[in-house]
Amino acid sequence: MGSFIATRLVRLVATLLVVSFLTFLLVNLLPGDAINALIPIEAQQDQEYVAQVRAEWGLDDPMLVRYGKWLGDAVRGDLGDSIVTSRAVSSEIAHRIPVTGELMIVTVIFSVLLAVPLGVMSAYREGSRLDQIISGGAQFALSVPGFVAGLLFIYVFAMKLGWFPATGWTRISNSISGNLMTVTLPALSLSVIEVAVYTRVVRSDLVTTLKEDYILSARSKGLKDGFILFRHALRPSSLTLITVVGLNIGLLLGGTVVVEFLFALPGLGKRLLDAIFQRDFMMVQGITVFVAMVYVVVNTLVDFVYLVVDPRIRKAD
Amino acid sequence: MDTALDPAAPTEAARRPWIRRFISKMPWTTRFCASWLIVVVGAAVFADLIPGLADPNYQGFLFGDGATNEGPSLTHFLGTDNNSRDILARIVYGARVSLAVALTAVFMGVVFGGFFGSLVGFVRGKTDSAVMAVVDVILAFPGLVLLLTVVTLLGRRDLVVIATVIGFLSIPPYTRVARANALSISRREFVTAARAIGTRKRTILFREVIPNVLPTLLAYAMVNAAVIILLEGALAFLGLSVEPPTSSWGTMVNASRVDLQINVWPAIWPSLALVFTVYSLNNVGDWLRRLRSVRSAAL
Repeated sequence: MGSFIATRLVRLVATLLVVSFLTFLLVNLLPGDAINALIPIEAQQDQEYVAQVRAEWGLDDPMLVRYGKWLGDAVRGDLGDSIVTSRAVSSEIAHRIPVTGELMIVTVIFSVLLAVPLGVMSAYREGSRLDQIISGGAQFALSVPGFVAGLLFIYVFAMKLGWFPATGWTRISNSISGNLMTVTLPALSLSVIEVAVYTRVVRSDLVTTLKEDYILSARSKGLKDGFILFRHALRPSSLTLITVVGLNIGLLLGGTVVVEFLFALPGLGKRLLDAIFQRDFMMVQGITVFVAMVYVVVNTLVDFVYLVVDPRIRKAD
Repeated sequence: MDTALDPAAPTEAARRPWIRRFISKMPWTTRFCASWLIVVVGAAVFADLIPGLADPNYQGFLFGDGATNEGPSLTHFLGTDNNSRDILARIVYGARVSLAVALTAVFMGVVFGGFFGSLVGFVRGKTDSAVMAVVDVILAFPGLVLLLTVVTLLGRRDLVVIATVIGFLSIPPYTRVARANALSISRREFVTAARAIGTRKRTILFREVIPNVLPTLLAYAMVNAAVIILLEGALAFLGLSVEPPTSSWGTMVNASRVDLQINVWPAIWPSLALVFTVYSLNNVGDWLRRLRSVRSAAL
């Protein structure tokens, strides 16, 4: 088990290094000299000024030197300054994490709460009309992107019924109920695809589990179906669900960009888009590395959770 | 393989019933989905030849003969958007973008991903570890975020750039699928038999392994094409796909947001086109995969 953790940690660090280097490479090698983003074209006539700015931003150093410097700072939590607002990238990220974080957590809660009963019902009555409806519905929901669902929700629940605000965000520190109002529609829009994915996972997993001998023995003991389903059968399936939730973080992170754009939420994804439109390469680089880091770390954590919950893996090592 | 000696190769006469048998196996939803896909592909390919289809970029109001944000009518079957352009025409031409991107991604994925995956699954060892390490790193980026970054930094956003970038990013998942299949196929008896009679490794790879990996890869391609179309839709919705005035379904949905209070049709039609196309790909893909898994289970 110790060696398992060690290998995973080494892999985690290696992946993070490569991911950060690739992002750096991407941002620095692609066409469009960074100087164009720093100084307006008209001001570039002034050679001395250009040279001064280049030196200031270290643009004349070799790539690897620059990467080394950037990585050294990044490890200490300094991702550089935005070239548009001059504020520290890391503090801008920190300021926006609560929004995106809350959105993702609420989405996962919504989705799991909906998907588990649906998946269980579907698996319990495998092949029935109910199962067909749920499975068919899941396949359909899988085809509805967040922006289509979001626009539909805005039209119905915000414009026609007026239950929720169409756009904007209320911080949880200002008003808890206001915060819940602003998070509901975006989280629901993101949930559509997630519910579909989770329902399918729970269903297919449970269908196999329900054919196991221990379920038969539980049944022959006279235990109630509901008890068997939720206590005996769902427990091993929850493992798969945890893994899928973890693996889906990447999809969810992408989804938040779209939903934050649609609902005008001041989250990380919205900041990334703004940075993209402003050609703020320091910000793009910082956020991309940060997001990739979260993704890789979450996936490693999921591996560990798996290790703790499933005794078979511990033994196998 | 010599076709004349292959008992499985259908003769000219036997070919039609085979397709008919294939279709008769489909549930009615799958049949419907397959028909929709044919309609979308046909419309996209022959868009210029469809009689009576309006110019997707013709803005009637500029010439005083078009109404903006009109509902469905006889002159504009699906109505007009907020620039008084014909929505049907924009959807038909928008299908070109979605399909071109999906096709490029599938092609690059199957060719490069399929080859690398089959190769490393077959030879294993150090090449395997090296290639899979690269694949893992690329997959360590959340797809849309990586795509956003690359597309932005490239600066140029025409169909070729968008399709190539998305295509490049779809190589890793195909590599993974192909490798997993090649691993199990390489352990099968016919590969061992080929090895035993001294067949060259390259011949085994191209004659035995890759032909057996391909069907699974193609079933995966259907489902993957659906993901790619969603990805392009999201990118277009964010205003970062092909530059306007070229129409794309995501771009249309985004543009419809401004006048959503006045007219919902410009939001509904492209959304429906997108959702149904993605659903159809998923449905047909799932069906193909089930068919395939039944077949391999029977072997």
